[in-house]
Amino acid sequence: MGHHEHSLAIFRGRLKFKSIEQKIWGVFIFLSIITIVEVIFGIIKPQSLMVPFMSSFEGGFMATMANIFLSPFIFMKPLNLIFIVLTIVKAYYITWDFMHMRDETKALRRMVVWTAIFLICYLILILLVEGDYIFEVYKNNYVKFDF
Amino acid sequence: METTVATTASQGDVWGGGNQPLRASYGKMMMWFFIVSDALTFSGFLAAYGFSRFKFVDAWPIADEVFTHFPFLHGVPAPMFYVAFMTFILIFSSVTMVLAVDAGHKMKQSKVAMYMFLTIIGGAVFVGSQAWEWATQFLDTEGNRVAIGSFAESMHSEATEHEPSNGIWFMSGNDQTSYNFEEVKAGFLANDNLLIRTQYLDENGHPTVLSREASIAKIKKDGKLVVEGANLKRNEYGHPLFADFFFFITGFHGFHVFSGVLINIIIFFNVVIGTYERRKSYEMVEKVGLYWHFVDLVWVFVFTFFYLV
Repeated sequence: MGHHEHSLAIFRGRLKFKSIEQKIWGVFIFLSIITIVEVIFGIIKPQSLMVPFMSSFEGGFMATMANIFLSPFIFMKPLNLIFIVLTIVKAYYITWDFMHMRDETKALRRMVVWTAIFLICYLILILLVEGDYIFEVYKNNYVKFDF
Repeated sequence: METTVATTASQGDVWGGGNQPLRASYGKMMMWFFIVSDALTFSGFLAAYGFSRFKFVDAWPIADEVFTHFPFLHGVPAPMFYVAFMTFILIFSSVTMVLAVDAGHKMKQSKVAMYMFLTIIGGAVFVGSQAWEWATQFLDTEGNRVAIGSFAESMHSEATEHEPSNGIWFMSGNDQTSYNFEEVKAGFLANDNLLIRTQYLDENGHPTVLSREASIAKIKKDGKLVVEGANLKRNEYGHPLFADFFFFITGFHGFHVFSGVLINIIIFFNVVIGTYERRKSYEMVEKVGLYWHFVDLVWVFVFTFFYLV
């Protein structure tokens, strides 16, 4: 198998490298910067980022829907949201540049990435909703059964 | 007429075999599918961790209190530094791996061997670091808390650790803590300035500290045993499920790193003896590289969900 062409640009073509080695080091520097930012935030834990951006909506079906769609901003500390977004950014560059997903065909890319993303999101949604429900049951009701 | 001919021709192409719509070899594609399934396994574990955390969200340990150690910094709480070090080791070994893959594309045997060797070293350092972490991180926290040795009253006690030498096989006794519960209780009651901090978090996310009266009532009523550090049943810092998931998921990941190092060693020797040079393709390096990067990818998520969030 002859290897196919490598694309040498990251950040949607804004940053172009001269050779594949340079691109690898560039991505490494980028990942390192993100990790350092994460570690600094993890140590300082700025108080302003420990309270959710919004409070939850009250009353009615539309309020419930709004709470679901805006849940990352209503129920999550902004700091944790930043951590998760940075993690996904790191995962993207590891997959796209270190695993050369950028150079694979669109079909292979979607087969791998979309399948995994869909199943993982579904699993997380179900388990976290269930976990929160059980927490509420423990907190607000009399529970005799320890499951 | 022309279009019909063109269609027939391309159909012959598609169904005649020998073309690769994904432009990836069989081995590489299967490695990708394995990675998808392994990613689902890991996300199953991490989602289960999330489930348990949401279930006991008011008693979940605070990572900064658990992972405070750094080599040669005794008694100085340094949360995050050690795991940041481990993360960099793994990212760096990913870089050497991708450089090995690239050198393989250019058919440079000695360069591939050198980068593979560096990758193996990086993986070994990571696994070793994890061993140190497992043995150290959950023990002796400092800060405003009081070490039990500083107030527990020494009493004569008959209990000793059950050892295999004086017993039956396959039976192990409970680990003896440095002070037993009665000693800690007596010491606690004798010192008026000691308070109990429970594992339950208040509205601000800090563990609740009881008043002196409530503390005395608590230790008399609910006190059972002394816990130093954490194991799979008990955890000094909060809900025991935290330690369960921590050891299981980092252990499963560590096992992946360990197998990755073994596979890398095999590939390294194949590179050195010139197997891929004769084959005129370094695709095996690329495949094992995919696995190695996947291990790094998983660590990125483990890092976030155990140490940061």
